[in-house]
Amino acid sequence: MSKEQFEVKIGLAEMLKGGVIMDVMNPEQARIAEDAGAVAVMALERIPALIRKEGGISRMSDPKMIKDIQNEVSIPVMAKVRIGHFAEAQILEALEVDFIDESEVLTPADEHNHIWKHDFKVPFVCGCRDLGEALRRIGEGAAMIRTKGEAGSGNIVEAVRHMRKVISQIKELTVMNQDLLMARAKELGAPFTLVQQVAKLGKLPVPNFAAGGIATPADASLMMQLGAGTVFVGSGIFMSEDPSARAKAIVEAVAYYDDPKKLSEISFGLKKAMEGLDIAKIPDEERLQERGW
Amino acid sequence: MKIGILALQGDYEKHTQILDQLGLDPILVRYPIELLDIEGLIIPGGESTTLTHLMKRMNFYETMIDFAKEKPILGTCAGLIMMAKVANHNLVKPLELLDIEVDRNGYGRQIHSFIEYLPIQLNNHIENIPATFIRAPKISKIGKGVEILAEYNGEICAVKQGKHVGLAFHPELDGVSIFHKFAFISNSISSNKEKPHAA
Repeated sequence: MSKEQFEVKIGLAEMLKGGVIMDVMNPEQARIAEDAGAVAVMALERIPALIRKEGGISRMSDPKMIKDIQNEVSIPVMAKVRIGHFAEAQILEALEVDFIDESEVLTPADEHNHIWKHDFKVPFVCGCRDLGEALRRIGEGAAMIRTKGEAGSGNIVEAVRHMRKVISQIKELTVMNQDLLMARAKELGAPFTLVQQVAKLGKLPVPNFAAGGIATPADASLMMQLGAGTVFVGSGIFMSEDPSARAKAIVEAVAYYDDPKKLSEISFGLKKAMEGLDIAKIPDEERLQERGW
Repeated sequence: MKIGILALQGDYEKHTQILDQLGLDPILVRYPIELLDIEGLIIPGGESTTLTHLMKRMNFYETMIDFAKEKPILGTCAGLIMMAKVANHNLVKPLELLDIEVDRNGYGRQIHSFIEYLPIQLNNHIENIPATFIRAPKISKIGKGVEILAEYNGEICAVKQGKHVGLAFHPELDGVSIFHKFAFISNSISSNKEKPHAA
């Protein structure tokens, strides 16, 4: 993988900034998402809230379903693979999806190894809870990072925790002397050269987005103000009472995230948001964010 | 000189870095009224369907078309699509500033995105510059008043008409400032006196 090829992958992530990436389960939902101004869709058979409810093993979606969605919309189409399942990723690459999400939302296929993403021409996005996890994924070739949050919960608290953690750990690096960075890299479990790079840049070397629990325009604004390049909305749209109106509202909320007056107009009279879950009431073994390392 | 960057969606931050390099003053534009205060505008890369949605919602069209009568606009990728006459998609409403037809994602999906070096003739010299094409549009037709600035593999990928410049690729991703300079600095100088063209 040449530096230029990696730059081409990051290039698409740059273009997605300030636009909403929406989970969709069929071409009809993809149509609603594109009409509402979504910047990309994530094709998956069951959105996280349903995976949580129904249980069982969650795998890559049926290629036919992905193809049908690709035929329906003109915006980028992303799809998920299980952590470590490089064969699923090879299939998605053959389908020419625009981005692959190696996602904790699906059941992990490898408990030790994530996919070696540099082997692929298609860019990858991966979830993280802290800076070490983000840099390990970038080291493996991820061209975009997102918070894990707690998918399908409708609860923003975990995404906030993860974003704040990453941002504060980046800030710490920027004020550290060179001679402390190696020890810090060891503590973070992160590749040393990436730690050096982050210390110098003051940000991740790839775009850093928010995901996991975003359900309202205000949630989107919060994540943007905390430093996210943009947001993924999983269950928040199609588990709500009026998906089309909510999708449009979140698109506008991301564009005008720092204008409270505009946000109040955008949020006005939206029908019911998805039901949320208290994180403390989700048993540890059902917390999706614990998957991957 | 204040140059606006339409900051509704896309890689607008990358353009601020280029304007900084040129000593121009970047202004992020999110409301139509902000167009009144700037000397030129950049429409960045992003998704043209999303840009259309937000530009309609915020009533940008009329003000932006008026703005373009007097002042230069530079569009990259989705920005080029927004400047075209015809964009061939029902969710994209272009501004019709360039007499061109575009084919969105003409090069294919992301797996077909690439970086190439293009020989560019600008201001009487040729430079090889890196050009990053991300799910890039193809310019399928051009009208008489449109000048071709660059081609890749026989495909037109950079054009100029009047004050306006449209690019299918992303100079802002490679730190290339010549097009910004051309659109906002040299263009505005040459508009005062007729410059003979080799072609």
